[in-house]
Amino acid sequence: MPKSIDELQAIARRIRREIIIMIGAAKSGHPGGSLSAVEILVELYFNHMHIDPKNPTLLDRDRFILSKGHAAPVLYAVMAEAGYDQTPLDKLNTLRKLGSVYQGHPDMRYIPALEASTGSLGEGISLALGMGIAARLDGRKSRTYVMTGDGEIQEGQIWEAAMAGAFHKLDNVVAIVDNNRIQLDGFVKDIMAVDPLADKFRSFGWHTIELDGHDPLAVRAAFDEAQATKGKPTCLVAHTIKGKGVSFMENNPKFHGTAPTADEVKLALQELQ
Amino acid sequence: MPAKTKFEIKLGPATREAFGRALVELGHENKDVVVCDADLSHSTMTTYFAKEFPERFISLGIAEANMCAVGAGLALAGKIPFVSSFSAFAMNKGFEQLRCCVAYPHVNLKVVGTHSGISIGEDGPSQMSIEEIGLACSLAGFVVIAPADEASTKALVKAAAAYVGPVFTRTGRPKAAIVYGADQKFEIGKAIQVADGSDVTIIANGLLVAQSLLAADTLEGEGISARVIDMHTAKPIDRDAIARAAADTKAIVVAEEHLVDGGLGVRVAQVVAETTPCPMEFVGIQNTYAESGQPDELLEKYGLMARDVAAAVRKVVARKS
Repeated sequence: MPKSIDELQAIARRIRREIIIMIGAAKSGHPGGSLSAVEILVELYFNHMHIDPKNPTLLDRDRFILSKGHAAPVLYAVMAEAGYDQTPLDKLNTLRKLGSVYQGHPDMRYIPALEASTGSLGEGISLALGMGIAARLDGRKSRTYVMTGDGEIQEGQIWEAAMAGAFHKLDNVVAIVDNNRIQLDGFVKDIMAVDPLADKFRSFGWHTIELDGHDPLAVRAAFDEAQATKGKPTCLVAHTIKGKGVSFMENNPKFHGTAPTADEVKLALQELQ
Repeated sequence: MPAKTKFEIKLGPATREAFGRALVELGHENKDVVVCDADLSHSTMTTYFAKEFPERFISLGIAEANMCAVGAGLALAGKIPFVSSFSAFAMNKGFEQLRCCVAYPHVNLKVVGTHSGISIGEDGPSQMSIEEIGLACSLAGFVVIAPADEASTKALVKAAAAYVGPVFTRTGRPKAAIVYGADQKFEIGKAIQVADGSDVTIIANGLLVAQSLLAADTLEGEGISARVIDMHTAKPIDRDAIARAAADTKAIVVAEEHLVDGGLGVRVAQVVAETTPCPMEFVGIQNTYAESGQPDELLEKYGLMARDVAAAVRKVVARKS
C-alpha cells in the first residue's frame, strides 16, 4: 500500500527534527547535507523500495547505500522511523558517542542492516554496481540505490563507476546526486565546479532525470521512471537546498559540518513544528 | 644420520598460472565465484576463467579503484569475488577501496596480485610490486598469502575462497621452482618446514623458498645445518613455528622478494622479539627500486639468490653467542 504524500511529509518533518536533536546532542556532525536528503530517503524507505525492516536480510530486498556517509543522521533517523530493530529511535541521541550504533559515518559492524560502510567519498556507486551485477547474476529483482553528494562527484572513482555502470547496462542501479551546491569549504562552483551534471552522466551513458529533490511527487515520479528504464542505469540529479527546513541553515556552508548550538537547536525546532 | 637429498631447481608453472587454473576449478565447484579484471586477464591468467564462465567474468577496464569497490559490492550481495590485476596496481591503486570498502567492514573479497616482485623483469619498476605485503598486512583483518610454487598456489587460492573474509594473495610472473609434491597439505596461517636443521632457520616466501633450500644445501657442506620454513601466510603469521625456530636454532634469516621495509622480515622479527629474541638477518630489496633486465639478472643484482641467503646465514651464525 503506497504511503500518501501527506503521510510522507509528516514523516519528513519528524526526521528533520530528529536530525537537529541528534546532531545538537552530539555537538558535532553534518546537518546541512542530512536535511537536503530527507524527502528522497523518505520516499525510498517508506514507499518505493522493496524492503522489510523486520527482515533486513530479505534475499530480494532493494538496497540503499549512502555514499555521502557524512549525512549519516538522515539515514539513522529514517531507518529508526522505518522500524529496524538495529536502529532504535530512543537511542538517536547517542549519535557519535562511544559504543553507540550511531557511529559518525555509517558502520555496518554496528548496524548490520546497513548495506555498506561508507564515509570515504566516491566509493558508493562502485559498491552499488557490484550489488547490481550480483542481483542480475542471481536473477533477483533486487534494485540498488546509491546517494552521492555533488561535491563528492569530484572524486575520480565516480567516473570510473559511471563508465562501468553504463558499460554493464545496469538498469537495476540508480544513483541519486544530492545536488545541494555546497561542500565543506564553500559553494561547489567555487571549489571545483561540477556542472553541467546531468549532461556529464548522460554522456557517460546513463539515463538522467533532473528534479526538485524536495517535491515528494517529483521524487516519486523520478524513482518510477528510473524503474521503468531498461538497458542503462539511471542518475537522478536532485536539486536540493543544503540545510532545507531551517532558515538559518539553508544555503549556509557553515552548516555543512557544524553542529547547531543549544540555542540554535531550539530555534530550529520551532521552525520545524 | 643419512645425508639429506639435495634440492634441485625444477621449474614448474608460474604461480599466476596456477592461480588462473585454480579459478577455473573454483568456478566449477561454486557458482558464486565471480572474477573481476582490469584489462590484464591475459597476464593475470583470469582469461581461463573468462573463457569457461563468460557470464561470471566482469571486465572493468583500467580502473582498479572502481574494481576493488565493485568487488566489495559483489561480496556484500553474497558472491565470492576475486579481483585481479598486477600487484602494483591492485594494491596501490585499490588501496583506499581495500581499506574502506573491504577491510573496515570485513568484506569477503579475494584480491590476487600477479607480477609481484622484481622477477617480472623487463617491464621495470613501475610494474614491479615490492611493497604490497606491507600494505596488505596494514589492512586490519586481511589474510595475506605469498605462495612459493604451483601446488601451494592452487591449494591456497582454494583455501582463500573457502575462508570467509578478505584475503590478498601474491603471485609472480616467472616459472616457479617446484617445492612441493602432490601429497602436501596447505593451511592458511600454518607454515611448512621444508627442510630441518639445528644451527639456523631460514624463513622465506615466494621464489625465495627454493633459493633458501639451495642455500641450505650449500651451507650443509660448510657444516651449518639450516632449517627452512615456507612462511606462505604473512598474516596471520605462524607464531608457533617462529618461536620454535628461534628456541631451537637461536638464529633466523628471513628472505623475501620484497622491500625489507614492512615485509615478512619485520613481521617475523616482531614475533621473535615477543617470544625468544635471537640474532636475525634480512634478505630483501634494500630501500631502492629495481630496473629493467632479465629476471635472473635482476634477482642476482638485487641480492635475492641462494648465495645471498647463504651469506646472510653465515653472518647470523657468526653473531650467535
